[in-house]
Amino acid sequence: MKRVVIVGGGQSALQVAITLRQQGHEGTITMLSDEPALPYQRPPLSKTHLAGDADAEGLAFRTPEFYEKLEVEVRLNVRVTAVDRAERRVELEDGSTLEYDVLVLATGARPQRLGLPGEELKQVHVLRTAADSERLRTQLRAGERLVVVGGGYLGLEAAAAATQLGAKVTVLEALPRLMSRVTGARVSTFLTELHRSRGVEVRTEAVAERIEADPEGEVLVVLADGSELPCDEVLVAVGVVPNVELAEGCGLPVDNGIVVDEHGQTEDPAILAAGDCTNHPNPVIGQRLRLESVHNAIEQAKAVAATIVGAPQPYAQVPWFYSDQYDVKLQTVGLFQGADHVVLRGEPAEGKFAVLYLAGDRVIAVDAINSPREFVTARKLLAESPDGTVPLTAWPEGDGDAASSAQMIMPA
Amino acid sequence: MPKIIYIDHSDQRYELDVPVGKTIMEGAVENAVPGVDGDCGGQCSCATCHVYIEPQFAHLLPEKSRVEEEMLELAVEVNEDSRLGCRLQIDETYEGIVVHTPESQF
Repeated sequence: MKRVVIVGGGQSALQVAITLRQQGHEGTITMLSDEPALPYQRPPLSKTHLAGDADAEGLAFRTPEFYEKLEVEVRLNVRVTAVDRAERRVELEDGSTLEYDVLVLATGARPQRLGLPGEELKQVHVLRTAADSERLRTQLRAGERLVVVGGGYLGLEAAAAATQLGAKVTVLEALPRLMSRVTGARVSTFLTELHRSRGVEVRTEAVAERIEADPEGEVLVVLADGSELPCDEVLVAVGVVPNVELAEGCGLPVDNGIVVDEHGQTEDPAILAAGDCTNHPNPVIGQRLRLESVHNAIEQAKAVAATIVGAPQPYAQVPWFYSDQYDVKLQTVGLFQGADHVVLRGEPAEGKFAVLYLAGDRVIAVDAINSPREFVTARKLLAESPDGTVPLTAWPEGDGDAASSAQMIMPA
Repeated sequence: MPKIIYIDHSDQRYELDVPVGKTIMEGAVENAVPGVDGDCGGQCSCATCHVYIEPQFAHLLPEKSRVEEEMLELAVEVNEDSRLGCRLQIDETYEGIVVHTPESQF
C-alpha cells in the first residue's frame, strides 16, 4: 500500500488527503505542516477574521476527530528541509527522515517582501497566516493609522476590514490603478471610489521607499517622491512568492512555481504538487498559470489525488475568484488579460454591475460586482465552453438585475 | 447541542450534535457528510453547499437573501426546499431539523 506524504498544511494539502480517502486510498497519509494549527481557512484572514467577526477556532476546516476518523496523520510545527528522490524520503528539520511512495508538495506561498529599509520593524506586518491576522487585528484599534502597501485583493480587503475596525487607512499602489493584475480599469475605478467613500485614502503611483520608527512608536512611511506618511502600523501586501525551494533543491523544474502537468505531476513520477505553489497548464484557456485561489487549491488537489489512486482526471477548469470588501462582493470568472474591449452591464453608481471582457466577439472573463446572477451565468457558460470563451451574441440579455440598463461598450 | 439529521442521496442517515453558532454547511463538512463541499468556506461565493431542508422546518429558517437566491441558480436540481447551507446558522430551535444533501454540487 502506498505511503503518501503531503508537505504543507493548507487548503490544498487537506483536499488531497480528503479526496484520497474518498477515492479509496488505503495506504497511510501523513501531512507535514510548518504551522502550529490544523489546516484552516485563509480567505477570512483579510476579511471577517481581521474585522473581528470570526474567531480563530472557527477558521479550522475540520476537527481533530475528523483527521482521526479519516486516518490522516497531521504533524504540526514540522519543517521539511530536503527531498531525497533517490531514496524516496524527506528530511525534517530535526534530522529525522520520512519515507514516501508518493510525495505531494502543497507548500503554498509566502508574502513577497519589498526589501525596504525598515521593513523589519515590529509595526510592519504581512498577512498570510492566522497568527499574522491576529497580530494585526490586536494592533488595530479605532483611530489607529494603518498604511497598506499594495492595492491588490489582499491589501484592499485588509483596508476594508481595518476601516470597519475604526482604523484610518491609506492604501499605496505603485501602479496607476488598483488591482491591475486581476481586473480591468472599470472595476479599478469602482473600487477606488468605494474605498474613498469609506474614508480610505487611496494613492496610486505611490512607491514606498523606506519605513522609519521613532522610540515612541510613531512610524513614518517615506515615499519615492519624498512625501512622508505618519502612521502606527504598516501592512505590506504586495503579492506572494511560491514556496519552490524543496522542489528546486531536489532538481525538479521550477519556473514561477513548481512545474507540473494537468494532473499535478512533476517530472518525477513519485512527486506531485498542488495549490498556490504550482505552475500548471490550463488546457481550457491554453496557457500555463500559477493561481492563488481557493478554487485552484481544491480542484488541483482533487486531480492530484485522482492521479495517485490511478484514476486520473485532469485539472481543466476556468478559474474563478472572489473578494469581499465592505458590503461589496466581487466575483470573477476567467482571466481578463487578452481582452480588447469590455461590455458594461448595469450601473456602477448603484454599486451593482458586471463587466464582460471580450477578445474580438467572444467573452473571455466576467467581473460581477454585487451581481451573483451574472457570476452564476458566467460560470455556467464559460465553464461549459470547450475553450472557456462564449460569443457575446450567445450571452443572455439582462434579466432586470445588474443588466437592467443599456450595455455600454468601451476599450478594455 | 441541537441534533441535526443529515440524509445523503443514498439515504444514509447521520444524526449529529452540532454546536449552536455553526452553520448547516459546517455541520455537514466537519462530519464528512457526503454531498456538501463548502468550497469558499461560508462566504456565499461558490454555491457548493446546496442542501434541501424538509419543508416542515422551513419556518425556522431565515429568509433567503438576494445573494443566496442568485447563487442557488448555480446549483443543480434546485427545488423549493433548496438552501445554501452556509446561510443557515444553527440555534436551539434547529433541534431535529432534517437536511437532505444532493448527490453532487455541480
